[in-house]
Amino acid sequence: MINRKDLWLLVLILVVGAVVAIINPRFLSPINLSNTANLIGLFGIFAVAQAFVIISGGIELSVGSIIALLGVIFIDLIANGTVNSGVGIVIVVLIGCLIGFVHGFLIAKVGLQPFVVTLCGLLIYRGVARYYTDEATAGFPFGASFPTLEWLTAGRFYGVPHSLIAFAIITIVMAVVLHRSVFGRYLYAVGKNEEAARYSGIHTSRIIIAAYVICCGLTAVAAIFIAMYTRSISPASHGNFYELYAIAAAVLGGCSLRGGEGSILGVVLGTVLLQVLQNLVNLLGIPSSLNFAVMGSVILIGVLADQEFSRRRIAGATRRASRGAEAAVQAAGANRG
Amino acid sequence: MAVPFLTMTGISKQYPGVRALDGVSLAVAPGEVIGLVGENGAGKSTLMKILGGVVEPSGGAIDIDGERADRLSVNRSMRAGIAFVHQELNLFDNLSVAANIFIGREPLRGGPLRLIDQAALNRQAAPLLKQLGADFGPEASVASLSLAQMQLVEIAKALSLQARLVIMDEPTSSLTASETERLLSVVRRLKADGVSTIFISHRLAEVEHIADRVVVLRDGRTVAELEGAAITPATMIRHMIGRELKTLYRPPAAPPGEPIVELRDVRTSHRPEQTITLSIRRGEILGLAGLVGSGRTELARAVFGLDALVGGEIRIGGVPAALASPRQAIDSGVYLVPEDRKRSGLILDFPVRDNVTLANLAACARLGMIDAAAEEAAATDQRGKLDIRCASTAVKAGSLSGGNQQKVVLAKWLSMAPRVLIFDEPTRGIDVGAKGEIYRLMRDLSDNGAGILMISSDMEEVIGVSDRVAVMHEGRISGFLERSQLSEQNILSLAVGRTN
Repeated sequence: MINRKDLWLLVLILVVGAVVAIINPRFLSPINLSNTANLIGLFGIFAVAQAFVIISGGIELSVGSIIALLGVIFIDLIANGTVNSGVGIVIVVLIGCLIGFVHGFLIAKVGLQPFVVTLCGLLIYRGVARYYTDEATAGFPFGASFPTLEWLTAGRFYGVPHSLIAFAIITIVMAVVLHRSVFGRYLYAVGKNEEAARYSGIHTSRIIIAAYVICCGLTAVAAIFIAMYTRSISPASHGNFYELYAIAAAVLGGCSLRGGEGSILGVVLGTVLLQVLQNLVNLLGIPSSLNFAVMGSVILIGVLADQEFSRRRIAGATRRASRGAEAAVQAAGANRG
Repeated sequence: MAVPFLTMTGISKQYPGVRALDGVSLAVAPGEVIGLVGENGAGKSTLMKILGGVVEPSGGAIDIDGERADRLSVNRSMRAGIAFVHQELNLFDNLSVAANIFIGREPLRGGPLRLIDQAALNRQAAPLLKQLGADFGPEASVASLSLAQMQLVEIAKALSLQARLVIMDEPTSSLTASETERLLSVVRRLKADGVSTIFISHRLAEVEHIADRVVVLRDGRTVAELEGAAITPATMIRHMIGRELKTLYRPPAAPPGEPIVELRDVRTSHRPEQTITLSIRRGEILGLAGLVGSGRTELARAVFGLDALVGGEIRIGGVPAALASPRQAIDSGVYLVPEDRKRSGLILDFPVRDNVTLANLAACARLGMIDAAAEEAAATDQRGKLDIRCASTAVKAGSLSGGNQQKVVLAKWLSMAPRVLIFDEPTRGIDVGAKGEIYRLMRDLSDNGAGILMISSDMEEVIGVSDRVAVMHEGRISGFLERSQLSEQNILSLAVGRTN
């Protein structure tokens, strides 16, 4: 089911895409589409991850730092042949889940605020990543090659980047989890009204912890893809501000920061719109320093428009209802007369 | 008697469908202490809200110092020197005592920065506290004060506004005996300074002690004005009660069976020094009466696993039950219909369907995936059984009327096998027709073998619905009443702490 909000987002993407394509036909060139698709895949994975936490009523600010820390750990593990790449993937994803568990525990059981916990995470993991590599750039030694891993993460299938395919699979699985499973229903319930959820016998803290585990576990998967895409990681800047891309995509896609609202489809469309906007800045010759300014303006306009639309819808509904009531009163009067 | 400075004449208030006040008159003379008593819903708070300018009366007149008006604004009320000390204190506990007293009216040092003159603030607050005999200074942080001390801060604030009339709403409900005695002596000091007090309380002994005159409200009317020796708890109770019971109620089909829940020496964190022992029998509706704050809701929370027991044991069906979480309580067949349905009972933004199935979603799911058709069928089934009036099960629960919302809360539990149902204020804010339906559902459940605990502050409901009543007072059970002993008088005297 596509809702009205998602439909508007889709229309917006198509309009922006069409305008860019008319001004600069290179937008539709296979190489540009493929690159944009790759970025959508990479950013989409951790944006979907973020949505779980936002729907629970929380926020995860340490995404960028997790991507940097797990990226350097992953490269370090496999570049020197300590472990083979399969084991490396498992270790990194497990560390991601562990980080998520700690965040969720501190929030749901200890009662700290999500913003505070994950802000501390943002600082800690960034610092640890920089210390881990001694401020050096982590990368693969000259000539090192991991054909399977590289094919899996950075390969293309008829021009479709595997990162996009991975994103599509993750999206479908997560959409089923969120929109069809008992856990998903509980997650919305906890985000909307934690007290009523508890009164209905839902173990609310378990649900919240699970949301952070899913978020950070998926972020770890994204970290691997991003590490294999950049192939070298300078721990001070790798992944900077990525949490903001994720939050922006979720908000564009209809998630409320108060929790309990949003859909996976919306987050996917939000991610696509953000990447198309990035692409627009490049292709239309807008100074790239304005990148964030363009993104911020579009989100602000989007949120304002959404507010205006829903106000009009409510006003319309109230008008219809009061007209109905008047009609009923008149009809009653007429009957009596 | 001194000449009244404030007179309310023939005050009425009509709400849609309810006449909250019907021609009430009240005059206040300087230095007079007036007790205002009546059951919940008798119109006390509406009358006081009119006095505070928060509620506009539908009829009547208010004279202040000879100036007549149809209604008061909040500003006019404050200028007339009317001040409130609310049940929930309105203090900023992150600020000092002096800062709270003069909030919004802080003495400033000159200059463009508008800095607060801290020294002047404390200097001005000190005499007010002294006048009340407070044992703390103006610099004390409000967070460090006891509830009784916070009340003094509120009263000091009232005095700083040149209050002539202080309205105290249930001021002693959370105070210890010695704190209460101190508060009453503050009222006497105010009286000596010519400040009048309206003292609203369910604690009739205190009212007897302090009031010069008592006004009894019932169903929005003044039913008695007592003075001097006529002020006794017995006469007050006699005037507070006395309505005919409507025939909304149905007796049980069979005598009650064996105990289904037994509480043995249960102690809750509310008042850990008190123990509670009671049992609910199969097929019985046990009413739990008592004043607000007597610990009834806390008891319900403990049985439903929301709060851990401090001590004692709960047996269900004869075996000790572990009730450490609502889930465990639900799995043992203990369900709660909470007091605040909008906050704890329902997710208002969720469709009716999702609310109905929320507690029993596993029954509509396989391998963790919700079977949408089974869920819809379960919700539609309950909707039909309880006659929940809504366009479809997809409409938001928040859009339903109060009575239908309460039925949705109930529907949540009825798809499972209820052994024990706790209703906390089951018909608060529900119109009479829906009330009757809720009572009928409760009786159906008990006739089908469930045990029901009904917490209620509505006397008529307690007497009409219950097969037996337990009355709580300050965290303990002050007595049990059998069906034949049920009267408002008996319940009220147990609720104010007399034992039978």
